[in-house]
Amino acid sequence: MSENTQTKEREPMFSAKVLKLLKNPFNLENPITVQVLGICSALAVTVQLKPAIVMALSVTIVTAFSNLIISALRNTIPSRIRIIVQLVVVATLVIIVDQVLKAYVYDVSKKLSVFVGLIITNCILMGRLEAFAMGNKPWPSFVDGIGNGLGYGLILVIVAFFRELLGSGKVLGMKVIPDFFYKIGYVDNGLMILPPMALITIGIIIWIQRSRSTELQEK
Amino acid sequence: MENLFNLFVRSIFIDNMIFAYFLGMCSYLAVSKTVKTSVGLGIAVTFVLLVTAPVNWLVDTYLLKPGALAWLSPDLADLDLSYLSFMIFIAVIAAIVQLVEMAVEKFSPSLYNALGIFLPLIAVNCAILGVALFVQERDYHSIAEVTVYAGGSGIGWVLAIASLAAIREKITYSHIPKPLRGLGITFIITGLMAIAFMSFMGIKI
Repeated sequence: MSENTQTKEREPMFSAKVLKLLKNPFNLENPITVQVLGICSALAVTVQLKPAIVMALSVTIVTAFSNLIISALRNTIPSRIRIIVQLVVVATLVIIVDQVLKAYVYDVSKKLSVFVGLIITNCILMGRLEAFAMGNKPWPSFVDGIGNGLGYGLILVIVAFFRELLGSGKVLGMKVIPDFFYKIGYVDNGLMILPPMALITIGIIIWIQRSRSTELQEK
Repeated sequence: MENLFNLFVRSIFIDNMIFAYFLGMCSYLAVSKTVKTSVGLGIAVTFVLLVTAPVNWLVDTYLLKPGALAWLSPDLADLDLSYLSFMIFIAVIAAIVQLVEMAVEKFSPSLYNALGIFLPLIAVNCAILGVALFVQERDYHSIAEVTVYAGGSGIGWVLAIASLAAIREKITYSHIPKPLRGLGITFIITGLMAIAFMSFMGIKI
């Protein structure tokens, strides 16, 4: 009892609770495989590793800062118009990210095409804003945003790694499968580059994850 | 005319919103448990697309594009507001969804009850914003083209969600490995459906 009152005074920056917010999205609360949020972009940008990494970073930044801003404003936003307010905050952040990408990594920004804009309607953002930022203090919300963004990025990177490796024999644009393999008859799997395999790859990731942590299985 | 028809067929089958671009996946996965509700959602999405895409195209052409404001006064001819397009598009979509919701509630309460919670959720459906952005990126030239493209994309979306719902209704009776049940198998089914839809890619139109 006495311990409880002591810890109430002031939480340290990285208390166990905050660390959990950072760690949970990697496995048990992964935004893609468990919460089913933000699937659209996860599938479309994973043909190669580089756009996937850029996309993951962009989403992490936007999620973290929109969580921070909305959480700071949460007591002043009237609940009837909160969706519009959230959309405006998110859209502003996405415009900034889009302009930065266009300025510094133009080729990747061209490859991502409309999917940078579609971060606005990425369900991870709305989901986290509604579920977490509207009811929590700014700092935990910021950490929650980073955690979820990275959890999303993790899946993106895994999917993109396998699609690029098996689809074109490269990782980050560099050849990794030796020529010797091609000489004895190894062929790149062209199907991996096409859209359907992104879905099937995520299906397999879910399969592996759920056979390891049985509490996630649906009845 | 022939061009418009080609665009229509293309947007339904070849450039299918779900199977080729994965847009609107969230609601596609969440609402596809029964055929009836998924068709209802699909119709609502198509309707909203048919309204928002032309409006966004008009906004883009006459307000945002580089030099688009020239009709207002020659001084504004080199103004480029296109960096605002994300915000304007999403605002237009959110506003129109709200209007559509009110109109449907007033004029057809039965449809309103059937669509229920799906209507407000459409504002954050990626397919709607996606169509607006694709229209901007691909430079469609007339409002007829934009409307046809939006209609075709909507119908393609209905087709995809209705067929997935039908498969999921049947699949409840099969023995699926435990870890795959629910979400996992849905992803794999969608992947297989996407492979089937790829057969349309060979058609040159």
